Amino acid sequence: MDTVTVLLMGFISIMIVNNMVFSKFLGICPYLGVSGRIDMAFGMGCAVTFVITLSGALTWLIDYCVLQHLGLEVMRYVCFILVIAGAVQLVEMYVRKFFPAMYDSFGIFLPLITTNCAILGLCLFINLWGIDNLPEAVVLSIGAGLGFTLAICIMAGIRENLALADVPICLKGAPITLITAGILTLAFMGFAGMIR
Amino acid sequence: MANATDISISKTFIAGLWEENPVLRLLLGMCPTLAVTAAVKPALTMGCSVIFVLICSNIVVSLMRNLLKPHLRILMFTLTIATFVTIADLFLKAYVPDMSETLGPYIPLIIVNCIIICRAEACASQNGLVVSVIDAIGMGLGFTGTLCVLAGIRELLATGKVFEIVVFAARDPVTNEGWFTPWAAMGMPVGAFVTLGLLLGLVNLITKKQA
Repeated sequence: MDTVTVLLMGFISIMIVNNMVFSKFLGICPYLGVSGRIDMAFGMGCAVTFVITLSGALTWLIDYCVLQHLGLEVMRYVCFILVIAGAVQLVEMYVRKFFPAMYDSFGIFLPLITTNCAILGLCLFINLWGIDNLPEAVVLSIGAGLGFTLAICIMAGIRENLALADVPICLKGAPITLITAGILTLAFMGFAGMIR
Repeated sequence: MANATDISISKTFIAGLWEENPVLRLLLGMCPTLAVTAAVKPALTMGCSVIFVLICSNIVVSLMRNLLKPHLRILMFTLTIATFVTIADLFLKAYVPDMSETLGPYIPLIIVNCIIICRAEACASQNGLVVSVIDAIGMGLGFTGTLCVLAGIRELLATGKVFEIVVFAARDPVTNEGWFTPWAAMGMPVGAFVTLGLLLGLVNLITKKQA
């Protein structure tokens, strides 16, 4: 297979077949917390996509070019989390300056992107799968970010309608959201096996 | 005075187990809850690692709480947690390699487990050593307990076993012995989401009755 096919397969695989939210359970906190309204969900998705791309590429570079040469794999987690925290800080400053309204509506969830497991998770998966070239790492990161955006936007669309539905009182809020997410996972399982 | 402290300590401990149970009431740390609960054994391993990291990071944060600059504190918390997670990860790799294999990236992902950073921020950075440790143990046990309950339900329905011990005899396709038909879906992501959703609903129902 030529390089382009490999990249495309990886992209589709991580965006749909091995979607971070539905098959790896990563990024559940913002997925439950910010999926109330579709515009906020989309903004969150964009922010996460940006951070994930930046940190995916940077952590790959640091891991491959620095840590593995110096035999400092022990420091991997500490370095990864520092890169992610830095990238989030960058996004936070940018959003506060240019989209103040959105900054207010995100509230605590924007700095919490640092602790979004989808981002650290992807960096660790790139490392675990032994990706050995930068383009593949970048394409996988973008795919994972778009996959997260897709998942959170679908969920927000459903929840906007769910707000009008007659849900048993004890299942209101988080429980029904989780059950909905379960059914969504079932739908996404239809893609399983399309690409390994 | 001593009596009052005792009461507040036991209250802190109990709160983590039920009233402020991190998973069921505060909805924190959902990712590992969903990801590692296909069977009880990995769930228990995960719970123990979280307890270890939680106690250690609470101790360190509590000791350095007066030295922290407000704008740098989250960074310091994260670095402290990352250090202890690295220790836990290396320990598991050395002594229980099969579990380390099963849990894979979910052990390093303890770094971004919201429970730990939430307790560092809400409890350890404001309280003394003893309260912080008790709080960590309570929260950790609450988390582990929830994980084990969820994993128990899922493992039982998915395979008919709990902790790899046969409870329901699964039907053998050749000899047709046993009566239990395993629910394959319970071992998959969908089982995790739906079971946790129903569990949360049940907890809501119980708390409503009490109130």
